Amino acid sequence: MPFLTEEQAKALMTKVLSYSKADECEVNLSFSDGGNIRYARNAVSTSGAIGQSSLVVSSAYGKKLGVATINEFDDASLEKVVRRAEELAHLAPENPEYMPMLGPQVYAAPTKTFEPATAAIDAKFRADATQQSLKVSEDNKLVAAGYLENSAGFNAMMNSHGLFAYNTSTNVNFSVTLRSPDGKGSGYATKGYTNVAQLDVAAATRVAAQKAAASVDARALEPGKYTVILEPAAGVVLLEYIGQGMDARSTDEGRSFLSKPGGASKLGEKLMDERVTIYSDPANSILPTSVWTGDGRPQEKVTWVDKGVIKNLSYSRYWAEKKKVKAVPGPDAFIMDGGNQTLEQLIASTEKGILVTRLWYIRMVDPQSLLLTGLTRDGTFYIENGKIKFPVKNFRFNESPVIMLNNLDALGIPERVVSGESFQHAVVPPMRIRDFTFSSLSDAI
Amino acid sequence: MKRRDFVQMAGLGIGGLSLPFMGKELPIEALLDNPYDTALKKQLADIALNAAKTKGATYTDVRIGRYLNQFVATREKKVQAVVNTESYGVGIRVIADGCWGFAATNNMSKDAIADCAMRAVAVAKANAKIQGAPVQLAPQKGFGEVSWKAPIEINAFEVPIKEKVDLLMQVNDAALTGGASFINSLIFAVNEQKYFASTDGSYIDQDIHRIYPTFTVTKIDRATGKFETRNAFSAPMGMGYEYLHPRAQDKVPGISTRYKMRYDILEDVKAAVKDAEDKHKAKSVEPGKYDVVLDPTHLWLTIHESVGHPTELDRVLGYEANYAGTSFLTLDKWESKKFNFGSKLVNIVADKTQAGSLGAVGYDDEGVKCGKWDLIKDGILVNYQAIRDQAHIIGLKASQGCCYSQGWDDVQFQRMPNVSLQAGKTKLSVDDMIKNVEKGIYILGNGSFSIDQQRYNFQFGGQTFYEIANGKIVGMLKDVAYQSNTQEFWNACTAICDESDYRLGGSFNDGKGQPSQSSAVSHGSATARFNGVNVINTARKI
Repeated sequence: MPFLTEEQAKALMTKVLSYSKADECEVNLSFSDGGNIRYARNAVSTSGAIGQSSLVVSSAYGKKLGVATINEFDDASLEKVVRRAEELAHLAPENPEYMPMLGPQVYAAPTKTFEPATAAIDAKFRADATQQSLKVSEDNKLVAAGYLENSAGFNAMMNSHGLFAYNTSTNVNFSVTLRSPDGKGSGYATKGYTNVAQLDVAAATRVAAQKAAASVDARALEPGKYTVILEPAAGVVLLEYIGQGMDARSTDEGRSFLSKPGGASKLGEKLMDERVTIYSDPANSILPTSVWTGDGRPQEKVTWVDKGVIKNLSYSRYWAEKKKVKAVPGPDAFIMDGGNQTLEQLIASTEKGILVTRLWYIRMVDPQSLLLTGLTRDGTFYIENGKIKFPVKNFRFNESPVIMLNNLDALGIPERVVSGESFQHAVVPPMRIRDFTFSSLSDAI
Repeated sequence: MKRRDFVQMAGLGIGGLSLPFMGKELPIEALLDNPYDTALKKQLADIALNAAKTKGATYTDVRIGRYLNQFVATREKKVQAVVNTESYGVGIRVIADGCWGFAATNNMSKDAIADCAMRAVAVAKANAKIQGAPVQLAPQKGFGEVSWKAPIEINAFEVPIKEKVDLLMQVNDAALTGGASFINSLIFAVNEQKYFASTDGSYIDQDIHRIYPTFTVTKIDRATGKFETRNAFSAPMGMGYEYLHPRAQDKVPGISTRYKMRYDILEDVKAAVKDAEDKHKAKSVEPGKYDVVLDPTHLWLTIHESVGHPTELDRVLGYEANYAGTSFLTLDKWESKKFNFGSKLVNIVADKTQAGSLGAVGYDDEGVKCGKWDLIKDGILVNYQAIRDQAHIIGLKASQGCCYSQGWDDVQFQRMPNVSLQAGKTKLSVDDMIKNVEKGIYILGNGSFSIDQQRYNFQFGGQTFYEIANGKIVGMLKDVAYQSNTQEFWNACTAICDESDYRLGGSFNDGKGQPSQSSAVSHGSATARFNGVNVINTARKI
């Protein structure tokens, strides 16, 4: 299947629905085309081009739902997938939580999730970008390992109640790790955009090179509580646990960090510093996202944490109906407000502290307190009197992002960043945090 | 292990459920009716081999794969999802101008396959400009037309969905009747039908099966607002549905019943409800040094992270530096032949042949016959895990057969074989091991896990924890995690139970590579003791 326009997608899905005999039928159509290149030891290692398309048909008889998927698009295949979904629906047990499909929805104007320049990336572009990155590595006598991937595609949905939605998107992600040949220094940079024109592979590689050189011969500091500056790539991997933890049902069921004794929730309570505001907004200019969700609900601007207060929780349609509230879907991407200082200014105003480039292998230790563990990686530095003094050995931390956001000291200018753990994009400021808990030292470089 | 997949599969998430695999969904009848016979696959493979050669490839391998998944997921009294998926297509890998190239398609027409092979050659030639040293493949003889089938007794895909749903509903009923607040349960079955052909003259047809039944019981104390969970003590296995047919000789009695090659899910869920209740009343651990006694349901993950990953040769060489990381087990340590990885008791083997394990196959995804070899011998690092283009770097004349791809549409690369701690050679039961512990903690089940990118510093939690004082278990603990350094930890190994306690654990979702790929791997061990390990208390108030 090629990249369909809105009208072409509508025509195809109308045809699919015409085959339906079920009480309700919904069609989700997706297409993406892209490629990747990977390099290590200063040479390309693997690369690939990936094209994926799929058509998902959901058919329902009463509260019995069947779902079938196909990636062939001739008329016979389209009819076959509808019949298959209907057969599965007949076989399925009744789902007491089944919600009837949505009718027509009103969505905000499409956001700028698609950039033609990104869609035009080809194998030569990827090879040239890799060559630029490798040159920086070689000029600095370092060893590079990196990865560049791009994709362009569309999502569309239509159902037998008259709902129709269509959106196009592009994405490009780049990450690179440079290491000194003796393995004593390591630096990292990552960037991700909707528009490839914003991506400067050589500049990102130079940042990683500078960190690799500066991190050689790290000194050991005693584990304990430190003031830290988390660069956005380090902060995002902690903050995303809050973004993922806003589900109302888990909270109401008593198994969330937002649950309270007796069955109540912490909705409306101030849990963090008043400078903490976290929201999602499809129209955000730095990180535009789709104005509709995969189940057809409109995605609107939602404030999740407002000046430290838990403001909204996300709901499935079933749970919202049960609780008689608006069915606010979970965010596609989150944005955290920041301040006016650059990272350099944050460092310059720090008396004593530790600059963290990246955090790695983050795992939940206790969902009750959102306690997380993980380690610093690829560039950790001691700051004294506003200056980076020397590289320090990596630490393991045990910290809850909720506690961390209570110990907020200062925020910098937010920027778009890619999580090295979930690969999701977010807009996050550099953060200076007091009393961040490092629990042990690591010998890893 | 990948966090996302782990959350989806084992923990089942808290709020929802998402499907961790791609593929077409289809009714079971279609899964069992395989229209692709080996003669047709050989014909298609030959088209690819010839097309690549015509364009200048000096080596080509072709993987025609049909990957089936079945997923039955429930919570409390309802079925959340019954999904059958199929993914079918061909991946073609070539060497041209000394460089790897790869392309894949699910269009199985002869023309499309020839075109795909030519694209793979074009990719290789384009990338050759930024290639370092030319690829050097360890020689591999062709096996002609051969096949291998996993020795299963019951094909899980032939067991009716209703039987699986009924079993999970019994599990959920038992949990709710016993007092659980919530229960999620799952049966996940996998069948890989893989056909491999290469210019070495191999045409290898393989049929691989895996199964993973699991659950998470949650118990909430509304008065305190606390919640506790206990996951199943099952393991994902390279087996058929027979794994779910309990057998007395596969039960390991003790403070909790644990299981060898057969699993009793109904028995385990009842125990899990009690454990979740008991965890509410358990004593919060006093941080400090303890001798930890680690059950195989727990130890498999510590072996996976601290031994399996650092002995991967691609990490040692730097191929994973940008994502999964490198390794502290650098080549000089191996070359010295005296790097003291662990105590003399520690013998760790890599094994791609062990029956019932997730890693067992006849041949790997580059046509190498699989085997077994030592990684750590009497505590000394003696070997790594290598594939054909790495073998020469450690002086091997042949690959160790560690090449794997998660599907036909991803390029194969070095993945972990089963990596297992050998049982102790002298008779030792768990009870006898505990009798000699003055101040310790006995840990069952895997919990939170995290390790640095060179595999030195790690932290592990668990499912249940028991305090040992003066040779006796005196009660349950909670808020326990231990931290250590890999080399210190394995050198602190002072006792390993004998073969009668040996069991497999494992993961369906070991993640590595960019784009990230999953692989399934088992880790066997008997209960082992590690002295003087640092234990922290993980309780916090927000």
